[in-house]
Amino acid sequence: MKPISFLNVPPSPSIDKVGVEERVARFQTRSIKDQSKMQGLKMVLNMIDLTTLEGKDTPGKVRQMCYKAQHLHDLHPGLPTVAAFCVYPSMVAIAKKELKNSNVKIASVSTAFPSGQAPKEVKLTDTKFAVDAGADEIDMVISRGKFLSGEYNYVFDEIAAIKEACGKARLKVILETGELATLDNVRRASDIAIYAGADFIKTSTGKIQPAATMQVTYTMLMAIRDYFDETGIMVGMKPAGGISTSKLALHNLVMVKEILGDPWLNNEWFRFGASSLANDVLMQILKTETGVYQSSDYFTID
Amino acid sequence: MAIENNTESWDYAPSLEGTSHIQLKKKYDLFIDGKWVKPKSGKYFASINPANEEVLAEVAHANKADVDLAVKAARKAYNNVWSKMAPSERAKYIYRIARLMQERAREFAVIESLDAGKTIRESRDIDVPLACNHFFYYAGWADKLEYAFPNRKVESLGVAGQIIPWNFPLLMAAWKIAPALATGNTVVLKPAETTSLTALKLAEIIEESGLPAGVVNIVTGFGDTGAAIVNHHDVNKIAFTGSTAVGKIIQKAIAGTHKKATLELGGKSANIIFDDAPIDQAVEGIVNGIFFNQGHVCCAGSRLFVQENIADKVIRKLKQRMDSLYVGNPLDKNTDIGAINSKEQLETINKYIQIGKNEGAEMYQPKCDIPKKGFYCAPTIFTNVAQSNVIAQEEIFGPVLTIQTFRTVDEVIQKANNSPYGLAAGVWTDKGSRIFNLTTKLRAGVIWANTYNKFDPTSPFGGYKESGFGREGGLHGLSGYVKLS
Repeated sequence: MKPISFLNVPPSPSIDKVGVEERVARFQTRSIKDQSKMQGLKMVLNMIDLTTLEGKDTPGKVRQMCYKAQHLHDLHPGLPTVAAFCVYPSMVAIAKKELKNSNVKIASVSTAFPSGQAPKEVKLTDTKFAVDAGADEIDMVISRGKFLSGEYNYVFDEIAAIKEACGKARLKVILETGELATLDNVRRASDIAIYAGADFIKTSTGKIQPAATMQVTYTMLMAIRDYFDETGIMVGMKPAGGISTSKLALHNLVMVKEILGDPWLNNEWFRFGASSLANDVLMQILKTETGVYQSSDYFTID
Repeated sequence: MAIENNTESWDYAPSLEGTSHIQLKKKYDLFIDGKWVKPKSGKYFASINPANEEVLAEVAHANKADVDLAVKAARKAYNNVWSKMAPSERAKYIYRIARLMQERAREFAVIESLDAGKTIRESRDIDVPLACNHFFYYAGWADKLEYAFPNRKVESLGVAGQIIPWNFPLLMAAWKIAPALATGNTVVLKPAETTSLTALKLAEIIEESGLPAGVVNIVTGFGDTGAAIVNHHDVNKIAFTGSTAVGKIIQKAIAGTHKKATLELGGKSANIIFDDAPIDQAVEGIVNGIFFNQGHVCCAGSRLFVQENIADKVIRKLKQRMDSLYVGNPLDKNTDIGAINSKEQLETINKYIQIGKNEGAEMYQPKCDIPKKGFYCAPTIFTNVAQSNVIAQEEIFGPVLTIQTFRTVDEVIQKANNSPYGLAAGVWTDKGSRIFNLTTKLRAGVIWANTYNKFDPTSPFGGYKESGFGREGGLHGLSGYVKLS
């Protein structure tokens, strides 16, 4: 294996924001109808990382959501489950117990989520705690302050260290693009994260706006594309925060399809970090099948 | 139940724009003097849908006598009504035409796609809105001509004979009619024989708008109809958009007459990518430059120049992007590349593709399902092309791109200018100073920086050298229709 070093990260291409906006607008003109829509909506459900990341989370709330993760809408048989359930490290053990007989993975945020303002040792301990408690996936945050002050080396090494601490758990690296300000920075941070060993790159914590805009997701998908063309290694993508409607979710899938292709269109390589998206997708699925919209009161909120 | 790692592919189901809301007559007469009149020629020809070769409508073929009637009607309307009308009143009519078009935008878009083969995405989002905007824009100028030409006396010319091409049928009609009316001229317009229908629908709107009879006359037909307009003794101005070959014939025909002319002709425009360009956006710009409207664009970026050190990467990315283009039914909202406008044009394009292969250039076409019926051409690029290849010199007017590499700025300027044409160019770089350096040295009427094929009514458009003369659009677009003293 090649020694991992920031020196291996190639220069990032410049990004023209106006051009990106235009390209994204074109994805949004794609019209997804009939069986494509149904297939897409089910894929979306199966790609969701159901999430609760609140200071007021309790074991009770986590248990309820674990049930929802496996039973999105039992009145309508044949629906997939979500991909994973995402919690704080302190809740991993509880979720692990609830989800032990299901395909739903357990993801844990770590590295002093959401700010990332903690010493490296604390972040490593945080990560190991979550992995030991049974997390299948770790969602870390990068040190945005270090990134913005130009300490790319630090950011790179930190990601590489966390990756090592993850062991078998897959690592998602959150760039918190809302704090990076420019698409050039988003691209640079994506390249750093990918070359440092990220299994997934992820837009946001959900705590900062703007979060997963299509422009940002597009820029990150292009970084994944370039890395794949360079190395043949696939990296996953997770837009998180701000995707709450089926339409927007489908347009994200259109981007993935047209930039990366069908191999990425499954929850091994693409996820949505969202808490309210699932119910909107369920509503659309039932509307597509029955022809009428149901009241939102028919869809459970856990 | 969990769908684990779905391995099937996800394809877009057909999403067809409806056609039930459009109204097309079986047979269209000529629109002369505010009335629909049967052609004196007695002849009609079929306008077909190039996507499936079905007949959409029969259209009158105007002969010399018909054109004479139209010019007489235009002259009468000019003398008696239009030249005497207060400019602010003229503006109201132009504005009304714009509003009526806007109200029926969807119908225009569908008919344009049916008749011309262009994708509904483009006719809906580009052609029709832009056509409306041209009328809106020039409506605003009608009563402000003294500010457009300060300290000059501005007079209209009289009767304008206008001949337009088949690539942007409605948009070209708007480009021609709007400034002519705003400056107080009357019009005899001939659409191209393969795409008469939206011009005829525009005639219906003109009728509805109450524009005085004879101010705009639409005569459909072939080259002989156009020749009759050009050679008519009572036409004051010829505005032509089309091929350089026909442009030369027109210029010969009107030499020694009093007729003013603006010609917007062919092109072989250079799209130049420097190594510091935003590469993915540049690739998108290449695609928009050459595959927009099936490459039937006079300013298409048909000659790509890529700096040698990034050429492999750009070509790889371009091929990837081409693989995600959908070629097919123009009415499908997801189609990126529609039908070639006519059988003749498809034959021309195929002839050039063959020439390219014979010249030893390397061809790439993505795998795409091309409909069996109708006229289609897969997006095509040629690499390993030399400046001396025919495919790099002649206008193909189809989705065919030639790719050459360059090493230095001077080299690319020299090669870009080394063409009898000079319509447009694109420059892709992160360096502002380099953009300005190139815009002053490239001999082209329009130069886009970090974008391509952007049109706006406020912006003038036109060529250098054999790409023609005169400008359309913007303040400059008024000049071709006025006499200044």
